[in-house]
Amino acid sequence: MILLDRVTKTYNRRGAALERISLHVEPKEFVIIVGPSGAGKSTLFKLLTREEKPTSGKIIVGGMDYEHLKDKEIPLLRRKIGVVFQDFKLLPAKTVFENVAFALEIAGLPTREIKHTVPKVLEVVGLKGKENHYPLELSGGERQRVAIARAVVRQPKILIADEPTGNLDPKNAFDVIKVLEKINRFGTTVLLTTHNQEIVNYLRRRVVTIKDGKVISDRAVGQYRA
Amino acid sequence: MKSDHKFITLERVFKNGFINFGRNIWLAVAAMAMMAITLTILLFAVVANATFSHTISEITRHIDVSVYLKDSVNDKQRQDLIDQIQRIDSVAAVSYVSKEQALKTYRAQNINNPELLSAISETENPLPASLKIEPKDPNHLGEIKNFLDKPEIAKLQSDPTSYSGDRKAAIDKIANATHFFRQAGIAGIAVFIIISMLIIFNTIRMAIFNRRDELIIMRLLGAKPWYIKGPFIVETMLYGIVAAVVSLAVCAALFKIASSTLQASSLGLLDISYSNQYFSKNLWLILVAQIGAGIIIGAASSAIATRRYLKLK
Repeated sequence: MILLDRVTKTYNRRGAALERISLHVEPKEFVIIVGPSGAGKSTLFKLLTREEKPTSGKIIVGGMDYEHLKDKEIPLLRRKIGVVFQDFKLLPAKTVFENVAFALEIAGLPTREIKHTVPKVLEVVGLKGKENHYPLELSGGERQRVAIARAVVRQPKILIADEPTGNLDPKNAFDVIKVLEKINRFGTTVLLTTHNQEIVNYLRRRVVTIKDGKVISDRAVGQYRA
Repeated sequence: MKSDHKFITLERVFKNGFINFGRNIWLAVAAMAMMAITLTILLFAVVANATFSHTISEITRHIDVSVYLKDSVNDKQRQDLIDQIQRIDSVAAVSYVSKEQALKTYRAQNINNPELLSAISETENPLPASLKIEPKDPNHLGEIKNFLDKPEIAKLQSDPTSYSGDRKAAIDKIANATHFFRQAGIAGIAVFIIISMLIIFNTIRMAIFNRRDELIIMRLLGAKPWYIKGPFIVETMLYGIVAAVVSLAVCAALFKIASSTLQASSLGLLDISYSNQYFSKNLWLILVAQIGAGIIIGAASSAIATRRYLKLK
């Protein structure tokens, strides 16, 4: 599903943000990427969404080889990957329903279909009845679940979540993680970056540890080691 | 299916453009005002140009050669002269103005000038009878002149022939002035279009800045470039339409006031009543052209703004 082969990303002047990273993620896998700040997790994330190009190495996601990706194919790639951010990136002027519908409007789905699909997804993330609330009226955990609903509403094969619990208290964080587990159970590959030890230990999933731009460990059922 | 999808996207691009227009209304007012001024100047230039051309052709049409006859010329001599003149190739028409007609015209022309009127008494009409020759081309009077200068013709004339020579010089002056006004107008319009585009450009840049989060999110969710840019372009096209309508309304009001308060003759070159007539006759064409120009100015400036500020990668 996701294949990184000796990927290096170097920014000017600074050293390599990622150095010869190789990673293979199977379909329907749930992979946690851990590592201290500055380890290169965000860079990895940006490479996957094609906000950045690797300096060298190969990236293949869902059968698309990034090397041969044309600029105008980038939007199509991004529609196949669901993304969740630490800061939610919701639109404050739009309601919960509109925020989720937004992703479908961009993809050009008919309004009728949007009205049908959005409530179902909101139910999955446990926000039934909050359709007409604005993001600022919700708790952090609820907001992140709106963002997850927006990410999965197009039924992507892959969901990548960059520190989705970073801004949340433990209770809300676990609510969000449970939603991610649920989505994974439905068959979506999930790539989660975090540095929350409790979450890693709770999930008991594959853990890839990155430090100084390198993969230092990759365990099938990992524990967090700071 | 594919065209369906395109249609939905287009519909959403327009819808979002309208929504953005409403949201940015105060920012948009400045851009629209500037564009309205630009379009108004453009419209004035077009109407002024048409009016000048009209004035020149009117004056040119009235150029004629007047042959003043001695009182001693009898009817037969006069008729012979008319026949001869009519045979000249470059003559379009000849008409006879009697002494009485000349006096009448003079009286009518100087109705407000009693001193000039009293200088002329009915019994002793000092005005000569004349022949009015309309040339086919006022720039080619050579043949007519040669004929009139013949000694046997010259001796029938009381005064030197009037070739509207002074009027010819005036016409050349007008033509030169028109040429100058046209060039100055083009330069002025160009400057205003550039200023108006810069203002629209900045307005859109501000709008992009205000909505950068939304644009980043759209990008990350896989919106195509046109889905992001489109609404901005629709928004500025709306500026163009509003500005065109405002400009036309302002011009219509100005022409109405100007044509009713200023007498057509009082402005000489600028025949306001003709301008007004030209304006009302071509109203729909002008409206369409104004809207077209507004849309082009708006779309062009926002296309540049979005290209520079919405790097889509």
